[in-house]
Amino acid sequence: MMSFFTSLVNGLSLGSIYAIIALGYTMVYGIAKMLNFAHGDFIMVGCYIIFVFSSGLGLPPVLAILLAVVLCTVLGVTTERIAYRPLRNAASPLAVLITAIGVSYFLENMALLIFGADTKSFTSVVPWSGLSLFNGELMIQGITIITIGISLLILAVLQLFVHKTKEGQAMLAVSQDRGAAMLMGIDVNKTITLTFAIGSALAAVAGALLASAYPSLTPYTGAMPGIKAFVAAVLGGIGSIPGAMIGGLVLGIIEILSRTYISSQLADAIVFGILVVVLIVRPAGILGKNIQEKV
Amino acid sequence: MMKNRFNISKNSAGRMTTYIIVIAAWAILEIMLHTGLMSSHMEGLLVPMTYYAIVAVGLNLCVGILGELSLGHAGFMCVGAFSGAIFSMLTVGKMPDGLRYVLALVIGVLISAIAGFLIGIPVLRLNGDYLAIVTLAFGEIIKNIINALYLGVDSKGLHLSFESLTALNLEPDGQILINGAMGVTGTPHDSNFTIAVILLLLSLVIVQNFIDSMDGRAVMSIRDNRIAAESIGIPVTKYKMLAFTISAAIAGMAGVIFSHNIATLQSTSQYFGYNVSIMILVYVVLGGIGSIRGSVIAAAILYLLPELLRGLNKYRMLIYSIVLIAVMIINWAPGAIEKRTVFFDRIRKGIKNGAA
Amino acid sequence: MKKVCSMLLVVALVSSMLIGCGGASGAKGGGSDTFKIGVIGPLTGGAAAYGTAVQYAAQIAVDEINAAGGINGKQVELKAEDDELDAQKSVNAYNSLKDWGMDMLVGSVTSACSIAVSEESKNDNMFQLTPSGSAADCVKYDNVFRVCFSDPAQGTASAQYIGEHGIASKVGVIYDSSDVYSSGIYQNFADEAANQSFEIVSAEAFTADSKTDFSVQIQKAKDAGAELVFLPIYYTEASLILQQANTMGYKPIFFGCDGLDGILGVENFDTSLAEGAMLLTPFAADADDELTKKFVKTFEEKYDVTPNQFGADAYDAVYAIKAAAEKENVTPDMSLSDMCEAMKKGITEISLDGLTGSGMTWDKSGEPTKGPKAVVIQNGAYVSAQ
Repeated sequence: MMSFFTSLVNGLSLGSIYAIIALGYTMVYGIAKMLNFAHGDFIMVGCYIIFVFSSGLGLPPVLAILLAVVLCTVLGVTTERIAYRPLRNAASPLAVLITAIGVSYFLENMALLIFGADTKSFTSVVPWSGLSLFNGELMIQGITIITIGISLLILAVLQLFVHKTKEGQAMLAVSQDRGAAMLMGIDVNKTITLTFAIGSALAAVAGALLASAYPSLTPYTGAMPGIKAFVAAVLGGIGSIPGAMIGGLVLGIIEILSRTYISSQLADAIVFGILVVVLIVRPAGILGKNIQEKV
Repeated sequence: MMKNRFNISKNSAGRMTTYIIVIAAWAILEIMLHTGLMSSHMEGLLVPMTYYAIVAVGLNLCVGILGELSLGHAGFMCVGAFSGAIFSMLTVGKMPDGLRYVLALVIGVLISAIAGFLIGIPVLRLNGDYLAIVTLAFGEIIKNIINALYLGVDSKGLHLSFESLTALNLEPDGQILINGAMGVTGTPHDSNFTIAVILLLLSLVIVQNFIDSMDGRAVMSIRDNRIAAESIGIPVTKYKMLAFTISAAIAGMAGVIFSHNIATLQSTSQYFGYNVSIMILVYVVLGGIGSIRGSVIAAAILYLLPELLRGLNKYRMLIYSIVLIAVMIINWAPGAIEKRTVFFDRIRKGIKNGAA
Repeated sequence: MKKVCSMLLVVALVSSMLIGCGGASGAKGGGSDTFKIGVIGPLTGGAAAYGTAVQYAAQIAVDEINAAGGINGKQVELKAEDDELDAQKSVNAYNSLKDWGMDMLVGSVTSACSIAVSEESKNDNMFQLTPSGSAADCVKYDNVFRVCFSDPAQGTASAQYIGEHGIASKVGVIYDSSDVYSSGIYQNFADEAANQSFEIVSAEAFTADSKTDFSVQIQKAKDAGAELVFLPIYYTEASLILQQANTMGYKPIFFGCDGLDGILGVENFDTSLAEGAMLLTPFAADADDELTKKFVKTFEEKYDVTPNQFGADAYDAVYAIKAAAEKENVTPDMSLSDMCEAMKKGITEISLDGLTGSGMTWDKSGEPTKGPKAVVIQNGAYVSAQ
């Protein structure tokens, strides 16, 4: 029984990281209507920045994370400006998707050139070792608690931001009808830039937590968590902020539980299988709104 | 509506051009091959280049004609590759090589068509990006399952396990077909450039004829306006399934060529992961969504590009990514198109604006 | 009109590419005055650490040989090509090297790629010496030899070592089911374990797509009471497993194969976590013989990383080529096929004192004969066990 709870805690930890990444995905998708395939690589960039500042230059972890957040934000906004904005009104939505893939290749190969292919070991930014419950039978690591806490905090702040501030309201308006929002005097470009800034900042935070929980770093660190988080965002209903949170947690828990109780080799197949089943039952994800096409 | 009809007639007129380009390219390359003008490096690239062109043609049927984004075509390639390879491993030496290869192709195509049909049932109920992510999911599921699969054959018949090789309980005379992650080793090397080009032509004929047929027009009407198509009595699901299945079958055919071109076949990410599906999608989009000829040309050039940049060593993938971004912006950004149009108009006054 | 223009452009582009590439052909082995050795391995992508190690180490060996007068008085040229861990691209790289005029091949670095390339090299009768292609099928053809141990040999030897030394009675295994090397060792380990005094209490796999979180696999080994965890995997993942096991408060003996070597060199890795871990490896970067010290020093100076066993294998591969070529008086002006025949004969007649073993010999099957060394990590360094 204890092993079940241990797995559950491990699942929550992995799921919270997926959730933070998925929040970035879902914001960008909801407002800019594009799948930012390079999002996972922003996480990797964030990890390397923290690695350089904290392990390389010896800055305190909190400062390193702040710097990573700032630099990732700059990177996100610049990428949007140079590579994505020119294609926003392209004839096919696939154009910007392919460009995002190009950006992803670019970041990975840039990291490969700068840092080399060797694995770097990441020092956890959370020094706290964690809790030991039930006479040591249930161990909860410090990073797990911090990760779950931060993801909930981010969820709350984002919800407040979107629903209570003027900029947040503008985002909602742009996500519902870009044309109408423009007519109402909303600066669409500024709103989308802001979205990318938030998404990239979240990627840096996710990077710090991901690399602290699973402390190894290569130029491809972000790719698979990025795809899984994308699946999580779709599972929860893409475009929905609470949906991304739920999707991330569900995905993390299912992944760990199926590895524990079914098969560690087929766990990925099971995770993707559940996505398929959920989407067949609820074609717009758990919390997504199924908008009926108008004739 | 007018614009679309115009496109169709242009397609049928351009059909022969596409075949001629392929045949001419084949003839030139064959001559170079036999006169020793071609480097061994280029020679080795010809078959992969052709099978990626075939998948691109198949995917374009799905993305360009049916209008549904699939990120799982590498999975269908995987199904075709493995079923063809297993058939060949079972029958090698028992029938003439030519016949065996043709049968392997037929079996690979059939099984991937069945896979496409079965996957199409749930997938095609969804729309847009949800459909894309579910095809990605199915691609990964296929890859993962085959990766964990052990298959062997002995005098008692086929043995299958997800556990380990020993769990197969093979007789001592048994033959291992799929050895888990190690996949299939020793598939006969049957594919060559001429066969691959014939199959490319075959897939071109199938897809072009499909586009020009009644069925094809029905599919395109669904793409352009599903509700309007439904309201005039077009059975939407049936036509979507038809196009999706053909598309999967063509990808499977490319898979059979793939597995008979190289001695090792493994169901891992670098061959059949979502990254490969995306790479093929890049071919389709850069070649022009809906332009079958464009897919062939783009696949050929983009497969060759990183190979020809080998001299640049570790900078080549960086250059490839920059080229990709630049080409997308130049070709697709409304701002860039406008400038380009103005530029072309200035050169050729009087010609109707032909913005892509 | 625009279509026609772009068609013309495409035709021009493609034909210029083809002609540009065509010129290099015909430069086959014979006639030149230098030995041209090709290297194939993953230089980019997730496995780049292995490919680059081979490339760098082979370069060091070649530089040393050239400085000392070359092979049979002829200088050696080296060229490395990338295969991105893709068998098809490995064949492409092989063809590209052939155009360059390659005489002999050191590669491919990984098993599946090496098998695919051997299908081609067999037809050309090109001498191929893979530094680290360890799957059984890699040396199926008589022109292919290898420097490393085969997977079956490593799996069996590990099980025997654990059994015979009575290190543990309950053993857990964590392996990469999507990797040929790892699952190959595991299969043979499991087969041999049946004959040994210990019991495998948990055998958990992970795949290339899920190699960040190992909590489940570690937890299962812990719950099953494994005293020793066998890790037939590469050090990249192993360093993660060690860290996660530590945070989970699980401290078994870790036991690995040659892939685990390099774990102390992971940048920023807390080496105290690897304390007591055992490896069955032919090479340890901290060994104190002169040859290893010199190699490691040059490697670190030149490339700023500590070499791993892949590099050591490649270094030995180049020296094995030198020894075999000198034995049979091979010269660069021989035809490819003659050269291969001479090399095939030569390599079975030499005995090489290299980084990965002293008195290494090869037989016709392509397998090397050398003793595996068990090393244990103590105070952040490799020390010979027993």
